[in-house]
Amino acid sequence: MTMNRLWEDDMRFLKSTPVLAGFALAAGFSLAPAMAQDIKIGAVLSVTGPASFLGDPEEKTLKMYVEEINAKGGIKGRKLQLITYDDGGDANKARTFATRLVEEDKVVAMVGGSTTGTTMAMGPVFEDAQIPFISLAGAVVIIEPLKKFVFKTPHTDRMACEKIFEDMKKRGLTKIGMISGTDGFGKSMRDECVKVNARFGIEILAEESYGPRDTDMTPQLTNLKAKAGIQAVVNPGFGQGPAIVTRNFRQLGMTMPLYQSHGVASKQFIELAGEAANGVRLPAAALLVADKLPASDPQKPVAQAYAKKFQDATRQPVSTFGGHAYDGLMILAGAIERGGANPKAIRDEIEKTKGFMGTAGIFTMSPTDHMGLDLTAFKMLEIKAGDWAIAE
Amino acid sequence: MLAQFLQFTMSGLTVGAVYAIVGLGFTIIYNASGVLNFAQGEFVMIGGMVTVFAVAAGVPLPLAILLAIAVAAIVGVALHRLAIEPAKDASPVVLIIITIGGALVIRGIAQIVFDKQLHKLPGFSGDTPVNFMGASILPQALWVLGGSALIVTLVTLFFAKTMIGKAVLATAANRLAAQLVGVNTSVILAISFALSATIGAIAGILVTPITFTNYEVGTMLALKGFAALVLGGLGSPAGAILGGMVLGLCESLSAGYLSSTYKDAFAFLVMIAVLLVMPSGLLGKPSAERV
Amino acid sequence: MARLINNRWAELALVTGLIVLAGLLLPSNYYFRVGALVLISAIAAVGLNLLLGFAGQVSLGHAGFVGIGAYAVALLPTHWGVPTLASIFLGAAFSGVLALAIGRPILRLKGHFLAVATLGLGILVAMVLTNEARITGGPDGMPVPRLELLGTRIRAPEAWYWIAGGTLIISIVFAQNLLNSSTGRALRALHDSEVAARAAGINVARVKGIVFSISAVYASISGSLLALLNGHITPDTASFLNSIELVTMVVLGGMGSLVGSLVGAAVLVILPQALTVFHEYEHLLLGSFIIAIMIFLRDGIVPTLRKALLERKAPEDRV
Repeated sequence: MTMNRLWEDDMRFLKSTPVLAGFALAAGFSLAPAMAQDIKIGAVLSVTGPASFLGDPEEKTLKMYVEEINAKGGIKGRKLQLITYDDGGDANKARTFATRLVEEDKVVAMVGGSTTGTTMAMGPVFEDAQIPFISLAGAVVIIEPLKKFVFKTPHTDRMACEKIFEDMKKRGLTKIGMISGTDGFGKSMRDECVKVNARFGIEILAEESYGPRDTDMTPQLTNLKAKAGIQAVVNPGFGQGPAIVTRNFRQLGMTMPLYQSHGVASKQFIELAGEAANGVRLPAAALLVADKLPASDPQKPVAQAYAKKFQDATRQPVSTFGGHAYDGLMILAGAIERGGANPKAIRDEIEKTKGFMGTAGIFTMSPTDHMGLDLTAFKMLEIKAGDWAIAE
Repeated sequence: MLAQFLQFTMSGLTVGAVYAIVGLGFTIIYNASGVLNFAQGEFVMIGGMVTVFAVAAGVPLPLAILLAIAVAAIVGVALHRLAIEPAKDASPVVLIIITIGGALVIRGIAQIVFDKQLHKLPGFSGDTPVNFMGASILPQALWVLGGSALIVTLVTLFFAKTMIGKAVLATAANRLAAQLVGVNTSVILAISFALSATIGAIAGILVTPITFTNYEVGTMLALKGFAALVLGGLGSPAGAILGGMVLGLCESLSAGYLSSTYKDAFAFLVMIAVLLVMPSGLLGKPSAERV
Repeated sequence: MARLINNRWAELALVTGLIVLAGLLLPSNYYFRVGALVLISAIAAVGLNLLLGFAGQVSLGHAGFVGIGAYAVALLPTHWGVPTLASIFLGAAFSGVLALAIGRPILRLKGHFLAVATLGLGILVAMVLTNEARITGGPDGMPVPRLELLGTRIRAPEAWYWIAGGTLIISIVFAQNLLNSSTGRALRALHDSEVAARAAGINVARVKGIVFSISAVYASISGSLLALLNGHITPDTASFLNSIELVTMVVLGGMGSLVGSLVGAAVLVILPQALTVFHEYEHLLLGSFIIAIMIFLRDGIVPTLRKALLERKAPEDRV
């Protein structure tokens, strides 16, 4: 009934203002009759724009696995219907699409939000509508302070800093330089690192930064090289920046240890940086080294299966970013399986997720922890001879 | 000290060379047609992306490069024929908006034909840096600088020595007069779009081993190329080159000596300061409005 | 009919009618949000149109002023306890003064210099918002405290639709008055021939500076409303791409037509929403639409349609 009324309004709308015809058309499409039993879930992702290397694998992963779930008969006999929108990395657009998912598409839950910026812009929409939202972005601010309907699946940037500093401490490195991207990821992780370094007895002697589209970081690295006493360099950032930093680092003949972040956790980084990537260390989920995990590791089958499926379907190297989408979708599917397709019930069930084995580790959520991962799921990796190796 | 300065300078010149070529591409089209083509950066993208995908498909590098240049030239001509020519009497701002639309279309197609990943090419002469008075320089940077110098020389010769080049200049100076002496101005404009696309594509190919490429590198380059153009003096090819180099140097020197966070801001401040002192740009001729 | 479309009261009635009619028909919060975004963008576009369509100057950094307005209502209340309404005015005043300060020296020069200076300014604003993370929240942005009026916090998109609509109408009235003032007459003289205007004793730089400053105020107010509608703001607001989008709105709708700015804003806000069904073909189609509109409706949507209408209704009037 409401749908009919909407249509009528659309038609009147269409007649009154021809310019808005496209708008009504869009509504018409988005209201296209869904099978009555389908469970609608939404995803607003940064499929294009500066964060497309996050959003692109995320979208592919979600589509792949929704298809798989449906091929197996859906959840309790009901199929999933995935509605995706591309926000281009723009927070304002993301919020519009979030509103559209809630108001027009009437989704029961959302898995998406590629960046922290888009996630923070969309959060209130889902909070107000009381619809669960599983974010795929890293920053700790998403779940701290806790929001009732907002969850996230990736490790936080604070965890990445801690992991790196822990490793440095073990190797006896205490004086470091930092070069960070001014993109959301790099900036947020840099801020977290600066908060926790003292706890590990690590001193940051010099800091440099670069823009997300910069193509040459030799001036910044020359300055770090010239600074006396630096024993290691950390590079929080994602996208092309870290690969260029790594190559410039070797170009300048810098020999101290270089740490990258989980923002480069994809084979693509090694391809781009080439030879220069050897010796770089970074904290990342075990997904990247699925084949190298001991057979006894309970995570091995999950990580291996996802990596294989993703690479076979897309012919692109597997990344932890797509893995976060897998984790989010599976946690959601589990919650629907247990509690039905009502948004509030889904929320309650997501919070009760216990011991779920995902690509990022074991998730155990609680009313006070809406991520549910601890540091044990996070591995310190080193790139050796163009491949990942476990460094601990 | 000197080694550091050299390192910063080389960095600035390499980055600046790309801005310069994009600026030169702007100038060629602007001089011939009065259009500021904001799809200029997309030619650089096409050059890099087509080469990458052709090489990945097994095409030998030299052939892949020719292919990429051909594709860019065809896109350039298509842009002119399908978008600019049908609107040729429109105001300059309208034409700018059309080129922005064109850039969206080219990017939109690239996103479907290629992918959204970052890609690289191997350095033409390997990736082992050369030491020059304490500064370490990638051989590819020399390729970029040498290639840019060659482009500039060839473009200059083209305008000075060839019949077509002179016809382009004649069209630029006075379209009606050129038509009267038998120049087919529509063909001439198509040629300048093709030429501009060609040099953009070459710049894209040369620089991809250093900077990587993906389907949307063009946006930033169009912006920097436009800045180079205005800094050097609108309509002056030599000015566009100089403007690009100055812009690149400003960025790397401020990143090295002042603050890496605000280096782009310093570059723009220098630019505005120059314009206040020299309103026609570094090498531009002062203009008078026709009443 | 011809006279009707040219009449400023008709223009105002048309805009008001459209806003009210659409407001009564819109079925849900999503539609109200998109509608509010159209109106908010239109405010900035109307301001930019004064600059582009009447003073003949291009600004490639207008999103910078949008960013200033947006962060004014986020920063001032959060850090210094300034009331939201006062923050809107402070942001607008700051934008206006900044534009005047930049515009005065630059606008004495003839040519594309304002375009370059504003390009630099826009990038600078985006850069400060991105890098001064301690107060702006950095690239991930910051929350915006809700506007409280008469003790209630305004957050429904519907409320913002009506507020934005009211503000747009006031903006258009103000723009019309400006165009009918002595400054407006100077502008028109300027538009015809700058040299002639200068010869007639018009201080060209001063007039252009004033218009630039006013257009900056429009952009700033539009930014404040956007931030308040969203409740969370990121530095993307001030990005180069958004500046380009604003220019495109003005040119698409029609330079020199205030109604055109609303139409241009509507096209660029609504079209991407309609194109989502085409997924990866979205950008390709958006670009094609822009090219097609510019080729077939060369003077912009509204002026071209108006001309076509005039020719059909009153062929005898044609000169």
